[in-house]
Amino acid sequence: MSVDPRGLRPSATFPPNVIAEIQRAADQGLYEIRGFGAKRKLPTFDDLVFLGASVSRYPLEGYREKCATDVWLGTRFAKKPIHLKIPITIAGMSFGALGANAKEAIGRACTEMGTSSTTGDGGMTEEERRSSKTLVYQVLPSRYGLNPDDLRRCDAIEVVVGQGAKPGGGGMLLGMKITERVAAMRRLPVGIDQRSACRHPDWTGPDDLTIKIQELREITNWEKPIYVKVGATRTRYDVALAVKAGADVVVVDGMQGGTAATQDVFIEHVGIPTLPAVRLAVEALQELDMHRKVQLIVSGGIRSGADAGKAIAMGADAVAIGSATMVALGCNKPVYIEDYHKLDTEPGMCHHCHTGRCPVGVTTQDPELQKRLSPEQGARWLRNYLSVMVLELQTVARACGKSHVHNLEPDDLVALTVEAAAMAKVPLAGTDWIPGNGRF
Amino acid sequence: MCGIVGLFLKNPALRPQLGKHLSTMLIGMTDRGPDSAGIAVYHKPVGDSQCKLTLFHADPNYHWRSIGGQMGEDLSAEVDTEVKGNHVVLTVTSDEAIVRRWLKQHHPEVRVMGYGQLMEVYKDMGLPAEVIDKYSVRAMEGTHAIGHTRMATESAVTTEHSHPFTAASDMCLVHNGSLSNHNNLRKWLRARGHEFETDNDSEVAARYFAQRMDEGASLPEALEAGLRDLDGFYTFTMGTRDGFAVLRDAISCKPAVLAETDDYVAMASEFRSLANLPGVDKASIWEPKPAVVYTWSLQ
Amino acid sequence: MINVDLAAETVRDLNQRLHDLPADTNERAWRIVNPKGAHALVAGLDRPVEVRIEGHVGYYCAGMNKQASVTIDGHCGVGVAENIMSGAVRVKGNASQSAGASGQGGLLVIEGDAAARCGISMKGVTIVVGGSVGHMSAFMAQTGNLVICGDAGQSLGDSIYEAKLYVQGKVESLGADCIEKKMTPHHIAKLERLLAEAGIKADARKFRRFGSARKLYNFHVDHADAY
Repeated sequence: MSVDPRGLRPSATFPPNVIAEIQRAADQGLYEIRGFGAKRKLPTFDDLVFLGASVSRYPLEGYREKCATDVWLGTRFAKKPIHLKIPITIAGMSFGALGANAKEAIGRACTEMGTSSTTGDGGMTEEERRSSKTLVYQVLPSRYGLNPDDLRRCDAIEVVVGQGAKPGGGGMLLGMKITERVAAMRRLPVGIDQRSACRHPDWTGPDDLTIKIQELREITNWEKPIYVKVGATRTRYDVALAVKAGADVVVVDGMQGGTAATQDVFIEHVGIPTLPAVRLAVEALQELDMHRKVQLIVSGGIRSGADAGKAIAMGADAVAIGSATMVALGCNKPVYIEDYHKLDTEPGMCHHCHTGRCPVGVTTQDPELQKRLSPEQGARWLRNYLSVMVLELQTVARACGKSHVHNLEPDDLVALTVEAAAMAKVPLAGTDWIPGNGRF
Repeated sequence: MCGIVGLFLKNPALRPQLGKHLSTMLIGMTDRGPDSAGIAVYHKPVGDSQCKLTLFHADPNYHWRSIGGQMGEDLSAEVDTEVKGNHVVLTVTSDEAIVRRWLKQHHPEVRVMGYGQLMEVYKDMGLPAEVIDKYSVRAMEGTHAIGHTRMATESAVTTEHSHPFTAASDMCLVHNGSLSNHNNLRKWLRARGHEFETDNDSEVAARYFAQRMDEGASLPEALEAGLRDLDGFYTFTMGTRDGFAVLRDAISCKPAVLAETDDYVAMASEFRSLANLPGVDKASIWEPKPAVVYTWSLQ
Repeated sequence: MINVDLAAETVRDLNQRLHDLPADTNERAWRIVNPKGAHALVAGLDRPVEVRIEGHVGYYCAGMNKQASVTIDGHCGVGVAENIMSGAVRVKGNASQSAGASGQGGLLVIEGDAAARCGISMKGVTIVVGGSVGHMSAFMAQTGNLVICGDAGQSLGDSIYEAKLYVQGKVESLGADCIEKKMTPHHIAKLERLLAEAGIKADARKFRRFGSARKLYNFHVDHADAY
């Protein structure tokens, strides 16, 4: 006797995912910790489209007619601002979260492409400094591995107030990834679950951040651009404060931003999507007459040249990619399927970075698993992916008649949904309507 | 985004120099707050039948005398006006609540910076040193004073978000930090009749303490209640008729330093503001503990 | 002796001079006057020099210090010797919050009192305080030694890892996972060495030792309250 499928009614409030999670919580008494970024559906750049050339606007020819992509970062105060060939950088990801091979692959690809990579919550490795020509060095609440030598040999300093996956949360690394090498860098016992502070130990608030930035400048003789990175929440206010505190560059990371490990509740329920965050950040800069003078880097779910182009059209100077970088290196690729199964997941749905058992050798410290990603192969993949992103970016820019991608502007965009129109403050396609224009 | 200071003189012999020392302290906080500065000074008490109000208007040539004249007529009161920069100090033979009501009706464009019988409040834009010169702070004498220097976080630098915030007669507050539940508190206070000039969290704190004291709480009791009801990070310095109080939240990340001698108690966000006070080398220097109410009074 | 008057020279110029000294410099003795609460004074030193500062300094004095020996003849602001790597920093007066924050090595001596969060996030530094420390001292202290000759404020050693704490006076309260441990002859001898190194006279036998209970090393639901 079989079940009549017509009588089955799934619950939207208690779908299988939610039922499984409640029962897991009941079994384990632990919140769910996982990697990756927000998985739920959100208004994104997909809901914006470009208005390409037509009778009223003329396009540029591909290849011959240049569409420049370079960007200067850190022009406000730094003696040695950074000049990148492309406006796509690699976001901060720690050695600890990622294995050494992944970090080296990233460094090599960035060097080839003329862009920057970023250290993470664990400090700078030799592999990364050697392989990446332009390296941004993070200063985080944990201060793991922070030291003045690395501060002096980096190319820019990024003070991390928060990240999109967990605005208000600190770093997390579970015991199985705290190997001898990671433990030594972080000065922690091997194999423990790392607890991390969510606030910096020696400053809280923008007035004291101002003084901290001053100290970092003094130690490095005012040479390096100083970035301030925030997870997107009260973005307009935060960007204004970062500017007032003396930042050269502000990095805004939307809720789609990834992590190697944090509580699911943080990832899915704290922070705003990247789409409105870009707009808020740009408005804050414009209000202070600092747009383009203090540069804006945007991250959180950037996946393609189209996404980069839209962020830049909205006013960003550059974008950073984290999760997309890992995907280029093999994350969620349908290979080693049996190892995905061991983690109780499938390729395409895996978010198990926190376990250290990454089937494709990216977010693992295990030497056997790391063999699955050679630095050369990883560098090639990432370089190719970045090249494609840049070509896509130039394609849409040329189609909009731009000889430099920075000449993309909000007027080149329209929205396909009401939410996207309101969040990005561009009109709904075919109309003059920008919803929610009241209180912004 | 700011620096706060407070000075309470125990020794009457030092009172002629209140303004001189306050100025040094305030200038020491310039780096933390270069955009605007505000002070509240307690001095020149008026008679029992009188009240004193400090008013502000952005126009330095505002027609204060004619307003004073009109007020005197309407309220059948004597009104003395002393213009200082963008401010005027009115001394009126009337009750401050009546005067404030009149002002609200007839001159809503005028901002009431402070009121009571002793307290005068001056808030203006510019570096602390500039504000000090404009209002001749160095020459001021008095028993106690609090001050604030501000780094504006919005583009339009106005004095609207400047501290001290006044919420009751001879009472005002300066704040370094950020409250996290002030929006709900604002609604609660509005329901009890309080009106707000800004959306600033510090204004909420000032009116909250005023509310508690209205309900009959003493100053220390009001501050203790604040520890329960105000959430977030704060160092408060509050000026009252008789003295001043300092309070830090239970986590105490925002800075605060105190220096005490037989002659005075001084408070600042950074020690550098206290470093030039007389006898500070022999002073007892300490940082207030979290969630402990510190009060000093003339009584 | 090289004399620098910060009433005439800027902090920036002084720091640059010190950073530019060659590795084998013989300009090794420096005296700085009129600091007037300046921030980031002598931050980022990496030379075997001796610096004496006469007066009160602001935040982050001798931040990230390497090799140098810095004496502050006055009080200091927040974060003195933060992230110190090696060398020694001595404060003759009081220190404000977060003294020695995330310090990885070297020695920090505070002859007076330190305020809240002394030794927060310490990663190997030795901190010796002649007076008392404020609340949340040794918060998330990973490794290193914190010696307190006076009292400790609330929540000492909250969330501590492997750092070792020695307190002579009262402890207002202990933080999550911080417990009192036995003082053995080994610990007394070690403490005597630390006090001698710091030039602070105290009887090691009067101190108590505190450290991690290690119950938070792997997340377990029964300890959820501690988080």
